[in-house]
Amino acid sequence: MHEMSLAESVREIVEETARSSGARRVAAVRLEIGKLALVEIEAMRFAFDVVKRGSLADTARLEIVETDGTAWCMRCSEPVLIAQRGDACPRCESYQLQVTGGDRMRVMDIEIE
Amino acid sequence: MCMTCGCGTGETRVEGAEHVHTHTHPDGTTHSHVHDHAHDAHDHAHEPPHEHVHTHADGTTHSHTHAHPHEHSHDEGSGAPHTHADGTTHSHPHEHPHEHPHEHGAGHLHYGIGAAGASAPGMTQSRMVQIERDILAKNDSLAQRNRAALARRGIFALNLVSSPGSGKTTLLVRTIEQLAGRLPVSVIEGDQQTTFDADRIRATGAPAIQINTGKGCHLDAAMVETALARLAPADDSVLMIENVGNLVCPAGFDLGEAHKVVVLSVTEGEDKPLKYPDMFYAASLMLLNKVDLLPHLSFDVERCIGNARRINPGIEIIQVSATTGEGMGDWLTWLEHGARAARLQQH
Repeated sequence: MHEMSLAESVREIVEETARSSGARRVAAVRLEIGKLALVEIEAMRFAFDVVKRGSLADTARLEIVETDGTAWCMRCSEPVLIAQRGDACPRCESYQLQVTGGDRMRVMDIEIE
Repeated sequence: MCMTCGCGTGETRVEGAEHVHTHTHPDGTTHSHVHDHAHDAHDHAHEPPHEHVHTHADGTTHSHTHAHPHEHSHDEGSGAPHTHADGTTHSHPHEHPHEHPHEHGAGHLHYGIGAAGASAPGMTQSRMVQIERDILAKNDSLAQRNRAALARRGIFALNLVSSPGSGKTTLLVRTIEQLAGRLPVSVIEGDQQTTFDADRIRATGAPAIQINTGKGCHLDAAMVETALARLAPADDSVLMIENVGNLVCPAGFDLGEAHKVVVLSVTEGEDKPLKYPDMFYAASLMLLNKVDLLPHLSFDVERCIGNARRINPGIEIIQVSATTGEGMGDWLTWLEHGARAARLQQH
């Protein structure tokens, strides 16, 4: 359940930005979470619902944009999609893959009032 | 006019050097703002990134990134160029979490995505504020601070991770005993509750501090920073950070260590690297522990090593037994190599 501390970081970033923007409330929070980013989306939703209470984001809706895990297959010399680290290349079944994307988790933007 | 730094009445900006835009506040209100001019790297609030030019009185030009928590004051509807106290002109990518929708010379709104476009003076509206910041950014920057502090003192720091019951603490105790007189070791112990582990380490004579995470499932960089201040490890020593027993959560939290070392015991099953790939991917070294028990188990060492390398082709692997001492020599050599490198790279 490290999603709880990730959700707390989200709240901190959101509140800091909302305050410096003079917001009265935060209407929405949009996150980008890669499929390889060590985050269970449902756990993140649950955790954010808990940590947002009493903050400027108390009634904010949470939108999560999931990005695909991408890797470079050394054998195919092609980019491929993977669901998790350690997956084989879907084309040649080699494990010689270098993850190239989908491992980030970011607060993209917020909607404030 | 900015109340804090004295900069002028707006901003002249150049996007990709071809379009100049100015702040315009349709409602003509006065804002006051604070500039963070620490010039750290910040996420950019614009897509695609473009450069801004600030005009300063002395006319110099520089390029930098800065955070813009922008509660800045703009004179009534002026939209005039942004001028700083020292009067320099600079271009920089920056973050713009400020509340006012401002118009650019080219006629686009900074945060004109959605509702801000339909602005009417004096009316409440919702606005988008772009942030684009890594959720772990704060932890990562604290970790970098820890890493720099450790490097300055030539301390070789390891983050030991494993499932509960892999034998980390016993292995640590044996390691400290065998390094006695050769290399000083201090320990940060992470557990949800109790000081049992730190007590076991202190019994060897090595300095140790316990962090109880309560309900927390991992250590973070802030906890380690606090612990480091109290533990005050010796220069040119080894620092072992024994993380909470958990093969999931600690993978994403950088503490400022030189390496993550994953301890896997042969009583656990050879498929663990495949079940918890992120941790095995993040680790530089795998200690395969309790190998003295192999004759009593059906554990396939080669398959386990193959699984670990499938996740992380570069991972080093040492087979050890804290009980019989088997493989301890290789592990101690690995440690001494790392410690020597940290000492030589001390800065």
